Amino acid sequence: MLLPILRRLAEMLFVMFGISVVVFGIFFATPGADPAARIAGRNATPEVLAQVRHSFGFDEPLPVQYVKVMEKLFISRDLTSFVNRGEKVIPAVVESTPVTLSLVFGAAVIWVVFAIIMGMIAAATRGGIPDRLLMFLGLVGISMPVFWVGSVANLITQSRFHHTFLFSWVPGLGYTPLTQNPGMWFKQLVIPWITLAILYIGLYGRVLRANLVEAYQEDFIRTARAKGLSERRIMVRHALRTSLITFVSMFGLDFGALVGGGALLTEVVFNLPGVGRLTYVALQSLDLPFIMATVMYSSFFVVVANAVVDIAYAWLDPRVRDAR
Amino acid sequence: MTIPSKPMLKAESLHKTFKVGSRFRAGGIQHLHALSDVSLEVYPGEIVGLVGESGCGKSTLGRCLLRLYDVDDGRITFKDRDITGLSQRELRPLRADMQMVFQDPYSSLNPRRRVGDLIAEPLRVHGKHSASDVQARLRELMELVNLSPDFLTRFPHEFSGGQRQRIGIARAIALSPSLIVADEPVSALDVSVQAQIVNLFMDLQEKLGLTYVFIAHDLSVVRQIATRTAVMYLGGIVELGETDRVLHRPAHPYTAALISAVPEPDPQGNIKARTILRGEPPSPTNPPSGCRFHTRCPVAEARCSAEVPLLRALGDNRSVACHFPLDGSAAAHA
Amino acid sequence: MPADLMTANPDGTLLDVRDLCVSFRSERGIIRILENVSFTVREREILSIVGESGSGKSMTSLAVMRLITDPNAIITGSITYKGRDLLKLSPKEMRALRGREIAMIFQDPMTAMTPVYTIGWQIEEQLRAHQNLSRRAARARAVELLGEMGVPAPAKAAGRFPHQLSGGLRQRAMIAMALSCNPSLLIADEPTTALDVTVQAQILELLLRLRTDFGSSVMLITHDMGVVATVSDRVMVMYSGIIAERGPKPDVLGGPTHPYTLGLLHSIPPMHGEKPHRLPSIPGSPPAPMGRPAGCPFQPRCEFRMDACASRPPLFRNGMQEASCWLAEKGMPDWAHERAIRAAGEAA
Repeated sequence: MLLPILRRLAEMLFVMFGISVVVFGIFFATPGADPAARIAGRNATPEVLAQVRHSFGFDEPLPVQYVKVMEKLFISRDLTSFVNRGEKVIPAVVESTPVTLSLVFGAAVIWVVFAIIMGMIAAATRGGIPDRLLMFLGLVGISMPVFWVGSVANLITQSRFHHTFLFSWVPGLGYTPLTQNPGMWFKQLVIPWITLAILYIGLYGRVLRANLVEAYQEDFIRTARAKGLSERRIMVRHALRTSLITFVSMFGLDFGALVGGGALLTEVVFNLPGVGRLTYVALQSLDLPFIMATVMYSSFFVVVANAVVDIAYAWLDPRVRDAR
Repeated sequence: MTIPSKPMLKAESLHKTFKVGSRFRAGGIQHLHALSDVSLEVYPGEIVGLVGESGCGKSTLGRCLLRLYDVDDGRITFKDRDITGLSQRELRPLRADMQMVFQDPYSSLNPRRRVGDLIAEPLRVHGKHSASDVQARLRELMELVNLSPDFLTRFPHEFSGGQRQRIGIARAIALSPSLIVADEPVSALDVSVQAQIVNLFMDLQEKLGLTYVFIAHDLSVVRQIATRTAVMYLGGIVELGETDRVLHRPAHPYTAALISAVPEPDPQGNIKARTILRGEPPSPTNPPSGCRFHTRCPVAEARCSAEVPLLRALGDNRSVACHFPLDGSAAAHA
Repeated sequence: MPADLMTANPDGTLLDVRDLCVSFRSERGIIRILENVSFTVREREILSIVGESGSGKSMTSLAVMRLITDPNAIITGSITYKGRDLLKLSPKEMRALRGREIAMIFQDPMTAMTPVYTIGWQIEEQLRAHQNLSRRAARARAVELLGEMGVPAPAKAAGRFPHQLSGGLRQRAMIAMALSCNPSLLIADEPTTALDVTVQAQILELLLRLRTDFGSSVMLITHDMGVVATVSDRVMVMYSGIIAERGPKPDVLGGPTHPYTLGLLHSIPPMHGEKPHRLPSIPGSPPAPMGRPAGCPFQPRCEFRMDACASRPPLFRNGMQEASCWLAEKGMPDWAHERAIRAAGEAA
C-alpha cells in the first residue's frame, strides 16, 4: 500500500516540476514577452530597462532565472507583485484560498446532492415525464453561462426584489470569514453556491442518469431483482454504487479545477476575494508573479485531485484495485 | 488415410510467455506461461484437432503456428521454410497460404462493408486477380460455402450466426490456402447450425485438399472432424495421436477425465459413472511443478510433482506426457 | 402468507404454468415471443427446458420470476405457484417470494454478481432481505453455505470479490446465494454454459444434490442435450416460442416424437460408435420472432413437412410424451418409415 502512494507522490512532484517549467517558460522566456519592459512601464529608457533587468535577475541565464524565481516563490516566499510594488504574492494567495474553498466546497455539496437526486429520479422514471422534465432542466442549467446567472441573481436579490421579504436577508456582496461570523459567511455565500452549482447539477445529473440507465442493463441488476430486493435497494446499493465510479472521477477533477481558480467568473460576479478573482486582477494588469503563483497553485490542486481520483477509483472498483 | 512422411507445418518446442500486470503495480509483472515446450507436426491433408479447457494454450498455439504471435523460443517450419524469424513483411506472401477462421465471425467482419467487398479484400490485397476475375471468384466462393451469390451485396448484420461463419470461411479460402487454423469456429453456433458448419469444413477439406488445425473445446466435434488430436493442459500437449485412439483409449489421465466429463445425450444418462475431476486448472502464471496435472490427477504419485513428464511415443502412433499412462484396455471407455 | 397456501398441492405440483404468452409492443407491431406455453414442475423434480437461441426458454424463466421489466411487454396466462397465481401478485408480494421461494441462477456469474461487493456480502444481502438476521449471523450462514457448495476455505472466499474467483467457484457462490433462503424452486438459466467441461460436471453434480440436500425442484434452462441427459427427470423442448415436445427424459431422448427433437439429437456428433460421414443437420437456422413462419414454426426446416403443417398443431399425447406435430397425431412416428414415405413422395 505504501509503495503506490510514494509512487503517486513522486509522480505528482514530477508533474508539478513540469508545469512550473512550462509556466516559467511562457511568462519569462518567451521571445517578445520581456518581463522587464512590463515592469519598467511604457516609454522607459534603455538604462532604466537594463537596471530593472539586472535587479530582477533577467540578465542571467534562464536556468538561473528559473531557480531564482522558484526560490522566491516557494522558499523565501518574498516574490512581489510587479504592479503593486511590495505586495507579496504568496501571502495574497494564501489569504484568498479560504474564500475559494468556501465557495467551491459549498457549491459541491449542493451539486452532488441535487445531481444524485436528479439522476436517480430520472433513471427510475426513464422514458417518463419526470425523466424528460429533469433532463430538460439539466440541459437548461448547462446552457446558462455562470456569469449571466450570477448577474441575474445579483439583479434580483440585490436590487429588484431586495426590499421584498424574499430576499431582504441577502447581505451585500463580499466575503466574511467563517471564523468571524458563520451566519454572515453562509448568507453571503448561499447565492454564489447555487449559481456555481446549477451548471454542475445539470451536467452531473445527466451523466449519472446515463450511467444508471446503463447499469440497469447489467446482469447483476437482474440478479438483485431475483434475490427479492426492493427497487430502492437495487437503485442505491447496486445501480448507483456501480455508477458512482464515473461520477466520482468527474467530481474529483472538477473540484480540483474549481479550487484551483476555475470559479473565477463566480468570484468576480459576486466580488468574492478568492484565488480566481486574484488571477482575474493579475491578468488585467499582466502581473507576472501573481499569474505565475496562481497558475502553480491551480496546477497543484488539479494534480492533487487527479491523485485523489485515482485512489477513489481503486476504492470504488475492486477490479481496478487488483489490476494495479 | 495414408499420412505423407513430410509435415507441411512443423513446430518444435515452442515457448510463449505473456507478461501480465505492471512493474508499477502491486504484485509486479507476472509471467503467464501460455505455451511451454510444445511440438506439433501437421501433415498435408490432415485435420489436427486441438482440445483442452480454457487457458490451456490451444488458441495461443494456433496463433503462434501462423505467426500471429511471436514465439519466445522454438522453431516453426512451414513447407520446409523456417518462418520463426521472418518479419511481418516477409510473411505477407505466405499469408495467402495459411489462413485463420475465428470463433465469432461477426467481430472480425467490418459491419460497414458489403459481404462481397469483405470476401474480395484478400483477393485485392494480394493482387493476383483482375476485376472480372474477382467477381467470378466471389461467385465460386459463395457456391463453395453454400451461400446464394445474391448475398454478396448485403451487410454482415443481415446474416445469422451460421451464415456469418460461412462468410468467414469464404474469406479464409479466397486465396486458396493450403493450411487453415480454425479457432473454435462452431462454439458460438446453435447445435442445429453447428452440424452444418462442421459438414462444410469436412466438404471443403475433401474438395480443396485443405489441411486444418481445428481448435475446439467440444470433444465430440473434434472426434467428428479431426484425424489426429492433441489434448492440451496448462500450456503443454499431454496426449497426441490418432483421434479414435486418443478418445477411445486415452492414455493420459487428463484425457480420460475430460472424456468422462462430456455430457452425452444418452437417454439413460447419469452422473454417477463419471470420473469428476476436483478443482479447476491452476493459474498459468504460477503452474505446478513437475507434471502440471498432478494437482488434479487421480493417479498422481510423488514422482509427478518433481519430474516433468516428456511427451513420449507409446507405439500406436500416439504420444503421451505422463509417468504412469493408463493401460489402454483398462481405460477403454465403456 | 397463510400456512395452507405454502404447502404443496396433493399431486405434488409445485409450479403450474398455463397458456403463458409473452409479447412485446414495438413500432413494427406486436412481437410474439412465447405462445401458449404450459408446463408443470413437481416437487423435487428437475425439469429441463431445452432449445436454441430464440426458442423462448430464457423468456419463460424470466416470466416465471416476473423479471420482464420492459413496459412494452404483454404477459397473459397463469403461473400458479403453490396455489397462487404469480401474475396476480402485487410487486411487493412477488418480491417477498423472489429469492425466498423461487431463486434463480444465471449463465455468467461474472456479470450476474455485482462487481463491487464481496460474494459474502452479496449472500448476506439476500439472507437479510428475507430473514431477520444480524449481520454476523448472516455472514456465518453465508460461509456455511459456501462450504456446503464445495467452495474451499469458505470463510476466506466470502471476503473475495467475484472477479477474484474462478468461473466454477463463482457459479458455486451464485448457487450458494440462490439457496440461502431454502427456496422450493431453483431456476437455473444456462448455469454451466460459461464453464469448462470438467467444471461443468462438478456443477451438474451439485445441482443433482440440491434435490436431496435441500429438497428443491430445479427448472434448468439449457441448449445442451448432454446436460439435459445428465441431470433431468423430464424434458421440455422449445422451438421458436412454442413447446415442440415434452415428456420424461428417457422417452424424449430415446424416442423423440417431434422432428425437431430428432434433428437436434442427430446433429450432435456422437462420442461413441460409428462416425457418420456427414453429420445429419437441420437446414437453415432458427427464425427470429418477427420472421416466425405461419403454422408450425419448424415447418420450413422440417424434412417431414406436409400440407397439414400450414396450420399450427396442438400438443398430441403418446404415452408419457407430447409433441406439437401432426405426425404425432397418428401415434408415435416411426422415423425410418416416415423417411421412406417422404422419399417415395419425392420420387413420384
